[in-house]
Amino acid sequence: MSEYLAMGGYAAFVWPAYGLTVLVLAALAGVSWRARTAARRDDPGDGA
Amino acid sequence: MQRFANPLRFKRLSGALLPWTSAATVLLFAAGLWMALAASPADYQQGETVRIMYVHVPAAWMAMFVYANLTIASAVALVWRHRLAEVAARAMAPMGACFTALCLATGSLWGKPMWGTWWVWDARLTSVLLLFFIYLGYVALANAFEDEARGNRAASVLAVVGAINLPVIKFSVDWWNTLHQPASVSRLDAPAIHADMLIPLLTMAAAFTAYFATVLLWRIEAALAANRAAARRMLAEAGPSAAAPRVRR
Repeated sequence: MSEYLAMGGYAAFVWPAYGLTVLVLAALAGVSWRARTAARRDDPGDGA
Repeated sequence: MQRFANPLRFKRLSGALLPWTSAATVLLFAAGLWMALAASPADYQQGETVRIMYVHVPAAWMAMFVYANLTIASAVALVWRHRLAEVAARAMAPMGACFTALCLATGSLWGKPMWGTWWVWDARLTSVLLLFFIYLGYVALANAFEDEARGNRAASVLAVVGAINLPVIKFSVDWWNTLHQPASVSRLDAPAIHADMLIPLLTMAAAFTAYFATVLLWRIEAALAANRAAARRMLAEAGPSAAAPRVRR
């Protein structure tokens, strides 16, 4: 397991790349989802 | 296309699409991350750093794919004053900026161990950095005016003019000498990449695309609902005689 996490000595590059990707995509999705929830609270109708 | 200009029709369409795009996002990311981090082999030259490719290349493709969509939506907004195109363009620009930032950051993390440097001012990296600034400029310009219509027009013009940067990015690795490798997937002959790496790469690219579709639909729905709420408030403030008609539930 620790050998896997070491990524052949490149852990300091591989894991931050994946961590950043997950962080940015999750934050963008979270912000967008919350904006949608808030906007729908203000406009609950079916909006013709 | 015109049929989906109607916000109500759009809402029905997005309601029908969202379950599929969100399920595809979850499944494709699960499969793609497993392949990228576990099932795929290390590269014979690059070792384990090749795994950075599975997030870097999809982020780069999305940075350009989103910009192509932004250009089309902006052109439609400029020519036909198409309301949904304006909303879609505004909704996708911050997403494109995020993909471009990820492309640059993961590229740096890959460049340091493989090229020996975080950054070089060569044509590919510089033109992608320019793309990032164009996205930021779009967002700043779209929100710079009190009159939203003026902001939309100014930002749309920037988006259309900035599209000249897309072919520069694509062909920069062929036109100029650079540390960056040339295209290995989209070539006229067979891809210069083994299937053991191509399949995880394409799966991750599909996951990014499904993610983009899902979050973009959320963002457009949010913008349309916010517009309606604002219009209703304005009508209510105009007095009881002009009060907003009750909306069917």
